Amino acid sequence: MIARLTVAERQSALLILIVMSFLGLAMAVAGRGTPFGLHGFLVIAASIGVGIPLLRKFYAPEPNPAQFEQYYDDPTKVGIVLAMLWAIAGMFVGVWVAALLAWPDLTIDAAWASFGRLRPIHTSGVIFGFGGNALIATSFHVLQRTSRARLPDQLSPWFVLLGYNLFCIVAATGYMMGVTQSKEYAEPEWYADIWLVIVWVVYFLIYIRTLARRKEPHIYVANWYYMAFILVVAILHIVNNLAVPVSFGGFKSYSAFSGVQDAMTQWWYGHNAVAFFLTAGFLGMLYYYLPKRAGRPIFSYRLSIISFWGITFMYMWAGSHHLHYTALPQWVQTLGMTFSIVLLVPSWASAGNALATLNGAWHKVRDDATLRFMMVAAVFYGISTFEGSFMAIRAVNSLSHYTDWTVGHVHAGALGWVAMITFGSIYALVPWMWKRETMYSARLIEVHFWLALVGTVVYVFAMWNSGIIQGLMWRTYTDSGTLAYSFIDSLVAMHPYYIARAFGGLLFLLGAIVGTYNVLMTIRVAKRERAQSDGGTDVPSYGRDPVLQAGE
Amino acid sequence: MHDMVVAFSKSWGLFYLIALAVGVVIYAYWPANRAGFTRAKNSILDKDDRPWS
Repeated sequence: MIARLTVAERQSALLILIVMSFLGLAMAVAGRGTPFGLHGFLVIAASIGVGIPLLRKFYAPEPNPAQFEQYYDDPTKVGIVLAMLWAIAGMFVGVWVAALLAWPDLTIDAAWASFGRLRPIHTSGVIFGFGGNALIATSFHVLQRTSRARLPDQLSPWFVLLGYNLFCIVAATGYMMGVTQSKEYAEPEWYADIWLVIVWVVYFLIYIRTLARRKEPHIYVANWYYMAFILVVAILHIVNNLAVPVSFGGFKSYSAFSGVQDAMTQWWYGHNAVAFFLTAGFLGMLYYYLPKRAGRPIFSYRLSIISFWGITFMYMWAGSHHLHYTALPQWVQTLGMTFSIVLLVPSWASAGNALATLNGAWHKVRDDATLRFMMVAAVFYGISTFEGSFMAIRAVNSLSHYTDWTVGHVHAGALGWVAMITFGSIYALVPWMWKRETMYSARLIEVHFWLALVGTVVYVFAMWNSGIIQGLMWRTYTDSGTLAYSFIDSLVAMHPYYIARAFGGLLFLLGAIVGTYNVLMTIRVAKRERAQSDGGTDVPSYGRDPVLQAGE
Repeated sequence: MHDMVVAFSKSWGLFYLIALAVGVVIYAYWPANRAGFTRAKNSILDKDDRPWS
């Protein structure tokens, strides 16, 4: 892989790593003995860890120029494997915290293993580690194929992929040491945030530069979704993380906002993280891999355009539904509620468009677990967007807010929609990337599918029941006007559901482990097959007989 | 300042979102765009795995 970089790219990579090492050293010195200093050492270790394999191939000859006639897929391949490993790690911590809720005595007596520190490792691990790596990997693939153009260079995609993973590791290790700015889904402190801005700007530039080189005049709709994801996440991340560090030698910072403005900014960010990280990007996946796998074009391209602009412009206003019955002005709450309800239109337009695409391919859905993953994802997307609009209504929210119903809703989206479309896309993509006809085992995909589906259903039903019971118990009054149940009463009522939830999550984790094994075995078998054949020049499987007439 | 922003968002906010919605629908349903959309949605199904030169 490194020998495929040009000599100039290897030199630039070394330069970047040297600069990073010095920055890490400065952090280690300025924050010695504190978590900030430890993160400095982590940056140095990461730079050396990438630097050693780079130096071993540093003086390799210039790569064969024929490779520039092909797409550049190495970062996508590494990104897929990283996504699967993060899935196992993040979901494992998820099962751990679920078990802690069901059996609080399971805890070990260590600060880093407390619920409050483990939970953000779970959320960041699955959203940013698993989801983010999958988005980066698939976006490079989709971008090149739909633009009919190679990535503009070979260094910047590596910078984005590896730099992003460094951010994820700094975030997760920081939580264990108590480093957090306590904003949900935006916990990492100022130095990690600045690093992510740099990585993200390079990511956006790759997109723009590749699109500028495109040979296909029309920009396919999946790219619009991926670009909205990159651009809007950049805006959200920068604004919500505006903060003043106490010193440049420590991790602690204070937000630029205070009071209700801080809450509004946070949930403007928080809900749009759901909208643009967990929805727009994955809709990009859906609009490419589902038609591709089904062998049918998207049902209505017009509808996909209308729902794209609907989602992009309406989600921006929905965040305030997280702050019903708070100090936020009533009209802002109503605004958020209204936009959340209207959002059902473009959301269901996308879900319906995906399902209508499968009309005529239902026999494939029956036989092919990969396509079934994508179909179930579209169904759960429809369910959870309906549920979301419903829960945003102020009166409904008075029952659901602060209860497990919210947790159930989030996981209907995260497990049923985001993870399902990702696994489906990865199972479609892995054989294309490693030039094989199929995955290592179709049976294991089937096993993974049922583990994931049963796990999701068990989880979501447990949390729906638990949440509604909890909400009702909190608002039941006696004849004399006092609360009928104490908080502990509601906790006891939730206990069986917490056990069911941990079990559902465990099934989902087992599915992810099976999936990772399948992906790794596919890679291994593909390598062995290539070694046995003519010695392995990396010729694309479809490259030999171009069936397409340019300009058709 | 606050009142100004509120008045602006309550009036012009409405109009620009409606204008945007109308614009998107006109673009999506403009008859001349149809051929391009049909080509775009079918083109991803090509089994072509090399960048075009």
